[in-house]
Amino acid sequence: MSAATATTSRTVSVPERRPKKYDWALTRTYIAAVIILAWCLAPFYWMVVTAFRDVGYTFDPTFFFTHVTMDNFRTVFDTSLGNHFAQNLLNSFIVAGVTTVVALLVGVFAAYALARLNFRFKFAVMGFILGASMFPGVALVTPLFQLFTNIGWMGTYQALIIPDISFALPLTVYTLTSFFREMPWELEESARIDGCTQGQAFRKVILPLAAPATFTTAILAFISAWNEFLIASQLSSDQTKTVTVAIASFAGSQPHVEPYTAVMAAGTIVTIPLVVLVLVFQRKIVAGLTAGAVK
Amino acid sequence: MSTEVPARTRAKAAPKSPRQMPGRESADRKLVTQGRWASVLLLPTLILLAVVIIYPVVNAIIMSFQNDAGLSSSGFFVQGGFAGVDNYVHWLAQQCNGVSCPPGTLGSQFWGAMATTFLFTVATVVLETVLGFWMAIIMARSFRGRSVIRAAVLVPWAIPTAVTAKLWFFIFAFQGIANTLFNTHILWTGSEWPARWAIIISDTWKTTPFMALLILAGLQLIPDEVYEAAKVDGASSFQRFTQITLPLVRPALMVAILFRVLDALRMYDLPAIMTQGANNTTTLSILVVDQIRQGFNSAAALSTITFLVIFIVAFIFVRFLGANAVGAATSSGKK
Amino acid sequence: MRKTFSKYAVPLATASVLALALSACGGSSGGGGGGNNAATQNTDARGPITYVQGKDNSNVVRPLVDKWNAAHPNEQVTFKEQSDQADQQHDDLVQHFQAQDSNYDVVDVDVVWTAEFAAKGWLQPLTGSMAFDTSQMLPATVKTATYNNTLYAAPQTSDGGLLYYRKDLVPTPPKTWADMMSMCSIAKQHNMGCYAGQFAQYEGLTVNASEAINSAGGQIVDSSGKANVNTPEAKTGLSNLVQAYKDGNIPQQAITYQEEQGRQAFEAGQLLFLRNWPYVYNLAKTDGTSVVKDTFGIAPLPGMTDGKPGASSLGGHNVAMSVYSKHKATALDFMKFMTSSETEQFYATQGSLAPVLSSLYSDATLTQKLPYLPTLLTSIQNAVPRPVTPYYPAVTKAVQDNAYAALKGDKSVDQALSDMQSALQAAGAK
Repeated sequence: MSAATATTSRTVSVPERRPKKYDWALTRTYIAAVIILAWCLAPFYWMVVTAFRDVGYTFDPTFFFTHVTMDNFRTVFDTSLGNHFAQNLLNSFIVAGVTTVVALLVGVFAAYALARLNFRFKFAVMGFILGASMFPGVALVTPLFQLFTNIGWMGTYQALIIPDISFALPLTVYTLTSFFREMPWELEESARIDGCTQGQAFRKVILPLAAPATFTTAILAFISAWNEFLIASQLSSDQTKTVTVAIASFAGSQPHVEPYTAVMAAGTIVTIPLVVLVLVFQRKIVAGLTAGAVK
Repeated sequence: MSTEVPARTRAKAAPKSPRQMPGRESADRKLVTQGRWASVLLLPTLILLAVVIIYPVVNAIIMSFQNDAGLSSSGFFVQGGFAGVDNYVHWLAQQCNGVSCPPGTLGSQFWGAMATTFLFTVATVVLETVLGFWMAIIMARSFRGRSVIRAAVLVPWAIPTAVTAKLWFFIFAFQGIANTLFNTHILWTGSEWPARWAIIISDTWKTTPFMALLILAGLQLIPDEVYEAAKVDGASSFQRFTQITLPLVRPALMVAILFRVLDALRMYDLPAIMTQGANNTTTLSILVVDQIRQGFNSAAALSTITFLVIFIVAFIFVRFLGANAVGAATSSGKK
Repeated sequence: MRKTFSKYAVPLATASVLALALSACGGSSGGGGGGNNAATQNTDARGPITYVQGKDNSNVVRPLVDKWNAAHPNEQVTFKEQSDQADQQHDDLVQHFQAQDSNYDVVDVDVVWTAEFAAKGWLQPLTGSMAFDTSQMLPATVKTATYNNTLYAAPQTSDGGLLYYRKDLVPTPPKTWADMMSMCSIAKQHNMGCYAGQFAQYEGLTVNASEAINSAGGQIVDSSGKANVNTPEAKTGLSNLVQAYKDGNIPQQAITYQEEQGRQAFEAGQLLFLRNWPYVYNLAKTDGTSVVKDTFGIAPLPGMTDGKPGASSLGGHNVAMSVYSKHKATALDFMKFMTSSETEQFYATQGSLAPVLSSLYSDATLTQKLPYLPTLLTSIQNAVPRPVTPYYPAVTKAVQDNAYAALKGDKSVDQALSDMQSALQAAGAK
């Protein structure tokens, strides 16, 4: 019994305890990891290959890099044809960033209420919030267009941000509620007994514990706002156009020509910074927050 | 001050505040205070949803009871007037002007689109759940290079859907890389089942990370000690999975599945770009978009029908399959 | 106080939202009535305007707008560039027209949308003081801009189908469909596909099916707009395609082809004949992967009998004025500028866009730069526009769904045409 405990405490992170099986489990993990990598990255690899390929060889099915050129990336950032991809990137960051922050803030309040407070109509409120994810998004555009035209919001950032928040909120509220309910709230009560106010208890005890789940929710909200196309395509102006809309308006050299290589270049450009951003956040912020947590 | 405080709440409220005087009156007061707090905390969410969702939905419902504009004798469109439930009958009974809608009309595609939508939903959600769970378990282990995997998993999801659809459209072209690599000559976008599979594969690739991340976050809430204890008790890894991982990760899993189902039932971009809905890959949302271009009032009715269908699915899901997010909240269920 | 607030806030918010919804419903149903009224306003007014067009592929519009602006300091034109996707351009225009947006003054519309927008009362009729001279333009293009015997737009650019063929394998291009089919044995000898067009289920199939039907003397809708597709002529036309697909003269993968996949196959030397638009010409000559650079030729689409070429469908765009424009006199001048002979020449040289003025097709400088122009002229002169109807989205669906089913062999040609006829009638073509 005591020997077993000692072993597990040494290899606490790897869920196998006998040294002989240890390598086998790790090997299996690595094999699985390679499969996951291949599955997730193979199509992306093809995208990158195409992005670097000469437009005259768009349909060349060679699986490795051939006819390499930077032209497609130059096309993407070329402003002489009225593309402002850098501005579009910035717009996407603004819209997705604000959406994430507001949705999270508003969503944390709502989730806290739903997970921790007792009140009537809770079922109805949760149903209402969920109901917001049930109407075909394609049918929301026209009424919103008219509403925002009437109040003079067309071509403003809020015309994109407000709908994006609403799209992100149901998921945000539900995920956070389900995580909040799983949290060890006894810790909050003991912190209060130790003299913390409810606010302090929340900030110092609960928030660090909730950080990974909150961060996951933030990624989900950010990426869904980042990918949003329908609303942005109809409610944005030249000044607020986001990358997804910009990519859709890429044109080939002539009518009927699909600017396929340029689209793939743009796809590559919007994907890589996003992944790097998430990695950095994960390392610095989440790791920092959870470090102080009682675990 | 209603007296209809649910019994469960009363029972729960009392032991939670040991330093308060137990009894019905204080439980009531507590409920009211918490209700007040709750409405303050929930108000921003509800207002935001009301503006962006409720307004268009109510708008659509009202419009769905009007006829589509028709041509006057001078060749201009004029308002169609009150339609009653005609637009709904048009879709549900597939009736066009009193006869069965002929092939080549949107009306003839309603039930087909419904079946396709459900097929896509079931297939993608099942695949994504299984794959996502597996990925999450791998990512939860600690090994060198774990962060690489966690970043790689994000890639499919970080690519904008419109780009993803284009990417897969070219991968599945006849002379595309899929046929080249596997040395096949499949008409991926030219025949019914290959087209469906192409869409299901693309969607699974794109959205599995969503599942994996949510499940991973759920897994991270499970303390290591629980597993250690189980191992000490001699539980096999399968037992640990079914008896610890699954129950503990269930709330997160259910939320993930629920939202995936709601999203999949509204699937639009992938089939719209990859097949334009040809070869029986038309989903309800594609039908809505096509109909918006032909007449907004019928489209509003179709949107409302879609909304109701999804509502019923969500209701069944929450009520009978135990997506306990709602139910547990009401009973403050656990422990 | 606070309790009252929390208790009523949600119902209040909902109620106010409901009120908004109701008022918006009143506003959204502009329809034809309001449009006709707006058509008489601001016809003499001058001032800055906006020109709206889809993505400017080859930088044609910007130089033109600059040129206009240099000459008209008080009537500046702003260029609003839409997406590259036709559907999105259409939806964007609809949204702005529905909102009666006066900022969309002059708009570029696909030939198949003109009737719909006209019937919705969104386009300024080009009559009276707004009259527009189309006498120098190719008649088929003017037809696409005319609805209910009224001109609602000015033809701007055109497009017609061409037959691309391998002149190294087929010295003289086929004049008739039967000729072409008989040449398919040559394709077989060289282990390549014989003929392809745009046969995926999308707008391109409507174009190709209409061409087959029109070339055989059939029609989709008659001159009064009534569906008339269930005829022996139409059957001959559609059967040509169906039989060719069944025989393998149209390769099986052609059922997934849009413009680009067909071009790719032709450039890779996998096709003997290809029906496509003029844009393929330059690319097939210059693309790195093209193996047919010096070995392809162009001809008019094959017809039923020698001496009568096939009936191409018409592509291209019209330029129209919004009834909600505040500066219609300027808008009209700009439309004239955008369709002037000089501008049309610039479209052709800079953007490879086919002109609508017949005179330009024999212009020596132009034909030297765009050798396909004479052939294209034949194509456009024999062209039949796709049905000019405000119900175009439903009409094209009726055609492409049933043509696709017939091609795949899911239903007989008879059944397909009978269904097409019923679907066209249900679509409003009665």
